Amino acid sequence: MPKRKDINTILVIGAGPIVIGQGCEFDYSGTQAIKALKEEGYRVVLINSNPATIMTDPQFSDKTYIEPISAEYVEAIIKKEKPDAILPTVGGQTALNVAMKLDEEGILKKYNVELIGANRKAIETAESREMFKQAMLEIGLDLPYGYTVKSLDEAKKLLNKISLPAIIRPSFTLGGSGGSVAYNEEEFEASVNKGLKESPTGQVLVEEYLNGWKEYELELIRDLNDNVIIICSIENIDPMGIHTGDSITIAPAMTLSDKEFQLMRNAAIKCIRKIGVDTGGSNVQFAVNPVDGRMVIIEMNPRVSRSSALASKATGFPIAKIAAKLAVGYSLDELKNDITNRTLAAFEPTIDYIVTKLPRFDFEKFSSASGKLGVQMQSVGEAMAIGRTFRESFQKAFRSLELNLPGFETKDPRDEDLDIKRFRELDIKSLNDGSAFRMLKVKEAIKQEFSIEEIHKNTGIDPWFLTEIQEIVNIEKEYSSIENLEFLKKNGFSDLQIARLNNLSENEVQQMRIDQGIKPVYKLVDTCAGEFEAETPYSYSTYESENDLQPLEGKKIMILGGGPNRIGQGIEFDYCCVQAVFGLREAGYKSIMVNCNPETVSTDFDLADRLYFEPITFEDIMNIINFEKPDGVLVQFGGQTPLKIANQLASAGVKIYGTSSDSINLAENREEFAKVIDKLNILTPEYCIAKNYDDIYSYAETANFPVLVRPSFVLGGRAMQIVYSKEQLVDYVFRSAEATNDHPILIDQFIENAFEFDVDALCDGEEVFIGGIMQHIEEAGVHSGDSSCVIPPYEVSDAVKKEIETITAKLALELKVVGLINLQFAVKDDKVYVLEVNPRSSRTVPFVSKYSNVPLANIAAQISVGKSLNDFKLKENNFEHYAVKKAVLPFKKFKDEKVFLGPEMKSTGEVMGIDMSTGSAFLKAMKSDGYNVPKQGTAFLSVNKTDRAGLVPIAKNLMGLGFNLVATKGTCRFLNEQGILCDDMFKVGEGRPNVVDEILNDNIQLVINTPEGPQSRFDEEAIGKTSVMKNILTITTLPGARAAIDSMKHLNKISVKALQEYFK
Amino acid sequence: MQKLKKAILFLEDGLFFIGKSLGKSGETFGEVCFNTGMTGYQEILTDPSYSNQMIAMSSPHIGNYGTNNSDTESERVYATGFIIKSESIQPSNWRSEESLSSFLIKHNIVGIQDIDTRALTIHIRKKGAMRGIISTEDFDVHNLASKIKNIPKMEGQDLAIKVARKKKVVLSNTDNPIYKIAAIDFGMKSNIYDIMLEHDAEVEIFPANVSHDEILASNPDGVFLSNGPGDPAAVTYGIETVKNLLGKKPIFGICLGHQILALALGANTFKMKFGHRGINQPVKNLITNKVEITSQNHGFAVDEDSLPSNVTVTHKHLNDDTVAGISCNDISAYSVQYHPEASPGPHDSRYVFKEFFNMMKNDAKT
Ligand SMILES: Nc1ncnc2c1ncn2[C@@H]1O[C@H](COP(=O)(O)OP(=O)(O)O)[C@@H](O)[C@H]1O
Ligand SMILES: Nc1ncnc2c1ncn2[C@@H]1O[C@H](COP(=O)(O)OP(=O)(O)O)[C@@H](O)[C@H]1O
Ligand SMILES: [Mg+2]
Ligand SMILES: [Mg+2]
Repeated sequence: MPKRKDINTILVIGAGPIVIGQGCEFDYSGTQAIKALKEEGYRVVLINSNPATIMTDPQFSDKTYIEPISAEYVEAIIKKEKPDAILPTVGGQTALNVAMKLDEEGILKKYNVELIGANRKAIETAESREMFKQAMLEIGLDLPYGYTVKSLDEAKKLLNKISLPAIIRPSFTLGGSGGSVAYNEEEFEASVNKGLKESPTGQVLVEEYLNGWKEYELELIRDLNDNVIIICSIENIDPMGIHTGDSITIAPAMTLSDKEFQLMRNAAIKCIRKIGVDTGGSNVQFAVNPVDGRMVIIEMNPRVSRSSALASKATGFPIAKIAAKLAVGYSLDELKNDITNRTLAAFEPTIDYIVTKLPRFDFEKFSSASGKLGVQMQSVGEAMAIGRTFRESFQKAFRSLELNLPGFETKDPRDEDLDIKRFRELDIKSLNDGSAFRMLKVKEAIKQEFSIEEIHKNTGIDPWFLTEIQEIVNIEKEYSSIENLEFLKKNGFSDLQIARLNNLSENEVQQMRIDQGIKPVYKLVDTCAGEFEAETPYSYSTYESENDLQPLEGKKIMILGGGPNRIGQGIEFDYCCVQAVFGLREAGYKSIMVNCNPETVSTDFDLADRLYFEPITFEDIMNIINFEKPDGVLVQFGGQTPLKIANQLASAGVKIYGTSSDSINLAENREEFAKVIDKLNILTPEYCIAKNYDDIYSYAETANFPVLVRPSFVLGGRAMQIVYSKEQLVDYVFRSAEATNDHPILIDQFIENAFEFDVDALCDGEEVFIGGIMQHIEEAGVHSGDSSCVIPPYEVSDAVKKEIETITAKLALELKVVGLINLQFAVKDDKVYVLEVNPRSSRTVPFVSKYSNVPLANIAAQISVGKSLNDFKLKENNFEHYAVKKAVLPFKKFKDEKVFLGPEMKSTGEVMGIDMSTGSAFLKAMKSDGYNVPKQGTAFLSVNKTDRAGLVPIAKNLMGLGFNLVATKGTCRFLNEQGILCDDMFKVGEGRPNVVDEILNDNIQLVINTPEGPQSRFDEEAIGKTSVMKNILTITTLPGARAAIDSMKHLNKISVKALQEYFK
Repeated sequence: MQKLKKAILFLEDGLFFIGKSLGKSGETFGEVCFNTGMTGYQEILTDPSYSNQMIAMSSPHIGNYGTNNSDTESERVYATGFIIKSESIQPSNWRSEESLSSFLIKHNIVGIQDIDTRALTIHIRKKGAMRGIISTEDFDVHNLASKIKNIPKMEGQDLAIKVARKKKVVLSNTDNPIYKIAAIDFGMKSNIYDIMLEHDAEVEIFPANVSHDEILASNPDGVFLSNGPGDPAAVTYGIETVKNLLGKKPIFGICLGHQILALALGANTFKMKFGHRGINQPVKNLITNKVEITSQNHGFAVDEDSLPSNVTVTHKHLNDDTVAGISCNDISAYSVQYHPEASPGPHDSRYVFKEFFNMMKNDAKT
């Protein structure tokens, strides 16, 4: 069928902020879908609250709404834009659940909008564990033994039917949210309660636990003609029980015979037909018993997913793009395969290489996390690698993780992770639990000659993979000599690994390779294993005989991507890389993208002129450079990832466009940077660079505490700590850091109760353009990535603003920045201190660009290759509107984590609220983060002494809004003295019912609680955790409180405005 | 790490690949063609249609799930050589009985591994299927070049007669079969008669050179023309037999059987550049307009323009528009170029068999 003529406006619902379980893969699929719909001439309206996404760039949709993704706001947009249809299948669970709500509340009917892609019945049948089970039984598919329940009592009755361990999975969630395994009755009750709470429909599935079964996924697509094709099969190396998102996965499936694969294929096709997904992609998960081959179906997701993004990158088949076109009426045989350009989308991709996906964890950030993997996802990102054999692909994947692993190997012992250190005395039992580095433990176990059988029993990992790993170990043992250089390369060993095995330097090995003419060839990802000529620009390296492609013709520049997402280095940097591609195109250059993160837009095959899906390491990048001979490289868009190799590249004679690597070093090296600061006589906090313990002792004598301690070269404020006394300082240093010449410890005087500002600016070497000044809502001390911020600043004197601008300009010019620069300032008593300077794109660039409609990263790329700021006629922006950025924190996933914010960054994503006043913008931001901001009720107040004075107006305002006030003794007495009506309430431990009880009993709707400093935090943590669980708005700073109260004034009106409308 | 003998793959246009021995060592030759299936190597090796061919698997890891006694399409391996990137050291699957290499050795198959199979695939895509030699003994390219000249070309070769049963056999799973099918064996895959037997048919399998009288004498409800190797035009006797059966009995053909039916109807066949070999091949059913993903293995195809007017093209190959299925308007006879019995491959096309059973039912009525 040709495309539908009866619809012209389509509303696309995005996925909102990046959270664990729902990452930037939905920006990739959303962007593809929007491009596809535009291509077909439809009018596209988008809602997404995540400003860091490419899809929310105004150029992609006709109308772009950065608004909370809730039924009320979507309705407002529907009312305004009158879409004919809504596409809910490219926005993850967020979009599906909103779509369901819109239908339930009759909003779709009211404005007669139809859902395309998946209808309500399909979504319900797939996402309701109960209906899904029924549906599967009806078509004769086997499932794990189990029942769905809606209450704990129901669940308890099951205990005589199902033997523990049992697994509990809620309906309508993803990323395993609320899922868990119960080994005893106590855990069982807890698990069921947790699951019931997490499920929007209060339903959980209780099932036999399939211990050690193999897990598989199939990605498939269906069109309105009922044609169904399988895009990709994925085999999880980690067995059932470890969420697919946290499992190491391989494509294609390795250990299924054709007979078994076809059964799985048939089952998946039956499933998608029964569920009734009329068009588009779906994902079906299976479990297979390794002993007798019994196959059961686990779930199906009636939408594009993390796995479909992976499948697209693994095969070259653009699932989301095709899905969008099918949704508007095309059938698969009417669409062409963009990769071959001569065949059609109606076929099944077949691949002639092995794809490995490794999850990226950030447990170091969450001291409370056990590090054990389970059915609930905990990974924050992923890396993908392609190789012609499993070993090559697997080793590459480890190189891609951005953990300084030279391959499938532990770091060199000096800076080895604790987790890996533990292998030294390996206990086979420790292999039972999945963990971030279990595979490295497995390798160690093989080295220590545990049998494959034994390891298989303890891990549930298939012997096929274990044998491959054994081969890697054997090669290291018997063939590690440099004589076998080519053989080692064919088996995926990096120059660094080979260097270590032979006591050589990386460069020496590299040189030997070059001398012996051992270099990789580049093969194409072509969807058809070479059967047809491909026009795809998408390739990977391997050590074989023949190149599939020739170096790109013409002026070309290479862009280094950001690698896997992790806390502190997220989607923002992919946004910048993508903008850089656009910029280069405008400047008349072809772009070569290198990245290894399958979730991203930057690795979409039709974005850059050529895509190399490779790790961002010196070796892998140099190989591509030697092959492509690009005019130069851009390193300032992929965050910290490319910077770490910038020096090596520069000294290898590679041209670095934009800010030079010397300038980068200058900014990263505190000692050098200090000189610059003094020269320009700019204020910075008093600091000390400790290269040995004596430095620290002597400093400790004179320092005025508190101080902030941190090792050098960090992103995301990792391992940073505020210490309040000499003793604490010494203690910290002994526990968590070493002080050496090349790894000094930096100690700054911590500026208390200061406002923090973030600045993003452009510089072409002569002139500077301030992209935006953001004022944080939380005080300095809360990591810039975690604090909310407002643009333009809301509480600042013109003098200070000027000062910030002057310093920014001075530093940009002094550092000879060509491109982007990001600075952080602390302002106290109108004194402006520079905290940090990053001569590169920053986390806030997309946010500022959305606020100001100036594509900073795009322009930066053009400046880097020679354009000057004048060419862009940029006006200093003075708009009427305000934008608020709010960080989204993963405390729900890490339940025991302290909820207080500090210099350690913990957020996984961000949302943006934009409106005509700070208050309403802040309100939207909070709503987008899923908070229900209370209209009135009871507010609990507990603030430290310094904050008390500031509390008075806040308390008055709250009363004005009709809140009752309760407070802890001290605070209460103080407020009463000020003549403010207020009851006191027990802290935890003072007696009961205490504040935590009252929160649990829903007697408190708002918490304002500013930390008492380092001591007596126990109470505050208890409060914090409880309110996170109950989703009660909890504010830990006075400015935050002021903003929140300000926002409450706007609770009654729902206003929506598209970005495009702000810049008319 | 096991040490493996050196091996060479030499092609008639002079290109050669040095790799390691796979299976038995020695020397072998055949037409080199590639198969893009990611599963099903055992079915492929035992499919008689591959006789005199050396198969290059484009999927890099082969042997992962081992081999067993049930996934075979005939008693022996017909391919004359096997070419892969990497053989799995440790097969892993609950049904695995024997590793690939010992399976190959058992069947005396010489193979080669550890070569750039993608480069080979692309070479054949560009230059077309060609003759080749695998050797673990002779590495002198001049020798190999002269040897290769003596290898017969595929065109004009009747291989069906070589692989087909010499004697008739009768198969049945039931005492009172619903249909009686006369199958002419040009190199029949076992899964084809397995499906017929599942449908309570009695299958009488005749040698390739059976006469039409003999078939009519056994008075079957329908005649099946099997798949098989080689050039269909060379199977003159088979074409003759089918001519004499047209209109007398319902006829159904698969692959070579399809080509033979077309030839019997007066159409021509031609050799394709490198054929279709894989399990991801899209075919459009022109009657229902639906797409089916099919299993294919053929180097010759039916020339559409040569089809007489009383024949309808029912299926087309979506990748290159070649004829994938035909049906006669005036008599009950139809055939498909691909493999509805799959094995290996998707089961999308099982319905094609049902049509045969319906034909036989209706024919019985009239
Ligand atoms: N019956 C079971 N036994 C053991 N593990 C299971 C079972 N069911 C699911 N799992 C594990 O839980 C994970 C999450 O379940 P799933 O239904 O996929 O949740 P989500 O929809 O959040 O992805 C799966 O990836 C699988 O590893
Ligand atoms: N001297 C200081 N006084 C107060 N707060 C500080 C100081 N130095 C850093 N911070 C806080 O710590 C956070 C992280 O520091 P920063 O240098 O930005 O680390 P990163 O490199 O991870 O961004 C800053 O955003 C700021 O809130
Ligand atoms: Mg799910
Ligand atoms: Mg899942």
